[in-house]
Amino acid sequence: MIIELIKIFFLFFKIGIFTFGGGYAMIPLIRIDVVNAGYLSLTEVDQFIGIAESTPGPFAINIATFVGYNSLGFMGSIFATLGVVLPSFIIILLIAIFSAKILKAKPIQDALKWINPLTLGMILSAGLSVVIVAVFGGLDGLIAWQADYIGLTIFIVILAISLIFKKVNPILLIIISALFGLIGYSIF
Amino acid sequence: MSKNTYFNIFISFFKIGLFTFGGGYAMMRVMEREFVEKKKWMASKSMLELLAISQSTPGPFAINSATYIGYQQRKFWGAFFATLGVVLPSFFIIILISIFLVTFNENYYLQNTLRGINAGVAVLIFHAWFSLSKSLGVNVLNMTLMTIGFLVSFFIPSFSVIYLIIITAVCAILFGLFIRRGEVK
Repeated sequence: MIIELIKIFFLFFKIGIFTFGGGYAMIPLIRIDVVNAGYLSLTEVDQFIGIAESTPGPFAINIATFVGYNSLGFMGSIFATLGVVLPSFIIILLIAIFSAKILKAKPIQDALKWINPLTLGMILSAGLSVVIVAVFGGLDGLIAWQADYIGLTIFIVILAISLIFKKVNPILLIIISALFGLIGYSIF
Repeated sequence: MSKNTYFNIFISFFKIGLFTFGGGYAMMRVMEREFVEKKKWMASKSMLELLAISQSTPGPFAINSATYIGYQQRKFWGAFFATLGVVLPSFFIIILISIFLVTFNENYYLQNTLRGINAGVAVLIFHAWFSLSKSLGVNVLNMTLMTIGFLVSFFIPSFSVIYLIIITAVCAILFGLFIRRGEVK
């Protein structure tokens, strides 16, 4: 048992080290690793990706907890989750400890000056992708203008609320969208 | 900077972990509200730095930002409780789902609720983008880089973020050296 736990810890430690950028870029890597290690079948992983997309929290943590729990029970989920979290934790801790010095270094300042707007472009792209998937089901749906009018309405209403009430709590906006989705899609 | 306890840090990040739908970018708006506007733990500029650090280090944005902000507030144990806080909601929710797996994916009302959340969460991403862009300022360099970041990640999603960041960083550093050499002369 303890050997199994250590094995699952290191599998997810490795996944934690090699997942840059986070999000869905890392799904292919995780898929292969988890299947090769014999924890889940490809179908099970894909089924879980659907679940992970609809639960809060980062995908890496969700899948670590899921694989750990389903192969080795509660202890398995703890070891797998710990494994995936530790690399980030250690690396960021080191950066945070030396951040005052690192961030003041001239080359780093130069790099940040360019990286910051670049990242903002990526955020814009992420926002647009999310809205296209939510309202049109993807790029093809946008081109063919197959709009999901309930989704579109929710997007516009939430946008209007946040433009009018600039200080509105984003968590409240999530809750309102949830209610609108529940009522809108269940009735119409 | 307002006073804070380990418990305070833990609860803030627990809340963020619980409401992170639609990936790390959506959560930026929740973080901005909690840490920049409400608690004043950091400035908008620091959010951007944190984002840059997170993009160029492994691991999910949620963990990276929890560890970083937690450390800035209360050193090691601050980082520890922040990270624990952001991880626990996912952890418990996934364990509950593992136990009730069969019913979850097919639940009609839950799926409807999530579709609503996905449509609304897009607004949060745009909001975070807008307020962070404002803190950065509008000039030719910023607009050009933002456009590049947008075009590459929108049209070539398979191109890994880290390569784009490394290429940009190298160009920026070389450009910086070039400019300063010019000044010396």
